[in-house]
Amino acid sequence: MSAVAATTQPRGEILSSILAFVRHHVLTLYSLLFFAYLLLPIAIVVAFSFNHPTGNFNYVWQGFTWDNWRYWDGVPGIRSAVFLSLEIALLASLVATALGTMIALALVRYGFRGRAATNIMIFLPLSTPEIVLGASLLTLFLNLNVVFGFWTILIAHIMFCISFAVVTVKARLVGFDRHLEEAAMDLGANEWVTFRKVTLPLIAPAILAALLLCFAISIDDFVVTYFNAGSETTFPLFVWGAARVGAPPQVNVIGTAIFVIAVSGMLVNVLIQMRRTRAATS
Amino acid sequence: MTVASERATSAPAAQKVDVRLEDVTKQFDDVVAVDRLSVGVESGSFFALLGPSGCGKTTTLRMIGGFEQPTEGRIYLGDREVSRLPAYKRDVNTVFQSYALFPHLSVFENVAFGLRRRAVRGETLRGRVEEMLRIVGLGGMGKRKPRQLSGGQQQRVALARALVNKPQVLLLDEPLGALDLKLRKQMQLELKAIQHDVGITFIHVTHDQEEAMTMADQIAVMNQGRIEQLGTPTELYETPATAYVASFLGASNLIAGTVSGANTVRLHHGPEVKVRPAAIAGRTGEVAVGIRPEKIDLGGGQENTLEGTIFEQAYIGVATQYLVDTDCGRLTVYRQNASPGLNGAAPGQRLTLSWSPESTFVVDSMEGSE
Ligand SMILES: Nc1ncnc2c1ncn2[C@@H]1O[C@H](COP(=O)(O)OP(=O)(O)OP(=O)(O)O)[C@@H](O)[C@H]1O
Ligand SMILES: [Mg+2]
Repeated sequence: MSAVAATTQPRGEILSSILAFVRHHVLTLYSLLFFAYLLLPIAIVVAFSFNHPTGNFNYVWQGFTWDNWRYWDGVPGIRSAVFLSLEIALLASLVATALGTMIALALVRYGFRGRAATNIMIFLPLSTPEIVLGASLLTLFLNLNVVFGFWTILIAHIMFCISFAVVTVKARLVGFDRHLEEAAMDLGANEWVTFRKVTLPLIAPAILAALLLCFAISIDDFVVTYFNAGSETTFPLFVWGAARVGAPPQVNVIGTAIFVIAVSGMLVNVLIQMRRTRAATS
Repeated sequence: MTVASERATSAPAAQKVDVRLEDVTKQFDDVVAVDRLSVGVESGSFFALLGPSGCGKTTTLRMIGGFEQPTEGRIYLGDREVSRLPAYKRDVNTVFQSYALFPHLSVFENVAFGLRRRAVRGETLRGRVEEMLRIVGLGGMGKRKPRQLSGGQQQRVALARALVNKPQVLLLDEPLGALDLKLRKQMQLELKAIQHDVGITFIHVTHDQEEAMTMADQIAVMNQGRIEQLGTPTELYETPATAYVASFLGASNLIAGTVSGANTVRLHHGPEVKVRPAAIAGRTGEVAVGIRPEKIDLGGGQENTLEGTIFEQAYIGVATQYLVDTDCGRLTVYRQNASPGLNGAAPGQRLTLSWSPESTFVVDSMEGSE
């Protein structure tokens, strides 16, 4: 049927139907290209984590192997770098989120002298170029004669994470109904019980989001860390060092692992949210 | 027998004062929200705080509940001074205007919240919560989350959550404000019935005079942080103390005049009218007399009379409203539609209005009426 129809169509109509097809699908095409642009680098990182390079450089596909995954710490220094990064990211996100939550509570709840100033200061680290942050911290630590290493990295990470934590938790607190806390107190809960039973459960999603955000920002930070690491090597510093002499495929392995963990965490979160909304509407 | 003995025991209890405010003032920066307010609320009564928006009702309630501290003055619950105590140390519970139900807890856990804080556990807890949910008509809904309930149902949860603690006093801040008219009327009666059953003192804030009249034993009419008048609905309606109260509760006609005797007032542009000596209450000089529209007769027959011309009539179902122009200004008259159709009086018609001295009240001045 359609073949018959096509043969009977004059040439001009065929052209216009092709144009119509393009017009209909140009957005799809554009989106596909866009995603390819976004995802291609990631796909290459993942693919080359399975490469079996012959020389120093992991740039040309040589053959498939599981070895890089099996011996992920088979490169000197990579294991301690990964663990240092995890340790710093974990501690920094925990401390920054705890402090950030308290700062957000204070900023939203209480009128105190210097509240407006604090509100602005919180945004400073977000808008200051990292290189400036890193350099000024370096100067500070040098002036104070602090030994560079684990603690200076941790302090630096907590510092730039706090702002993200504050902003995330504050957004949730602004829409918070204060009457809920009054109702809890009205029903006999003191300040601490009110916080534990009402405030905390209600801002928990924001706190969790802040934790994840801080963790993500901390684990891949290079610039600020580079200034303040002393002789310590975090994973990003390790990659940078390794890249100059040819990055081993293990770097791709760790990168892929971080990517997979992050994406599955996100998926789980989305699924939970979907289940919640479905339960709420049913 | 039992009824008599119950009366005997409840009579002295009714004298007891549950909540007492002494010269309570609350100032926010430069706004005086509550201004040297003193009042006592009798134990077991249904007490309404009535007033227009911004007159300080919520602030007063919040000070009793412990969410706000008075700038000056003292607050007593029973014999105990609680002025500076935090909310969780007061035997008072509140039904918030926005309900403030905990969104992350089930209906059951919302209602159980107060009991859990007082270490009520297990079967006792379950029994009390479920009984309370039944009382407010939500039996079997314990597992739901607040957002899965309608506005009226949420309102009942808020009520159950407060009442289950058997507080000495229950505070309600415009609890019916968010409901539609029909549900509001129904809840008014239900609330009143529940209050009757549980016997707890209710302090109910509203700006709806009809709601206050329907539900309350005692009404305090508030204006700009002060109580203008305190009394039963009948007292407030029949003998308002100020022009403000007279116009806030129902409609009224106010006419300026001068006291001319122990029981007479000479109207400024009209005859002398008779009032009860108690209504004058020692006032001299300039006053205003007031008459409710439904207490004026179209036609003579009563002791006080005034000539007038009908300006307009409006049929409003249960009654017909007449606007009558007199030498003393335009008066409103309601005439009950006892028989079908209009009453025959028509615009332009001249007639005599009359009313009895008993249904005439006197206030200091016209000031405060709108
Ligand atoms: N936290 C506050 N800060 C400053 N002013 C306030 C505060 N709370 C109340 N006020 C002021 O105090 C006055 C009384 O407020 P309140 O809330 O008690 O009025 P209300 O009688 O409950 O009115 P409504 O019927 O509108 O609820 C108002 O002028 C209000 O602006
Ligand atoms: Mg209010």
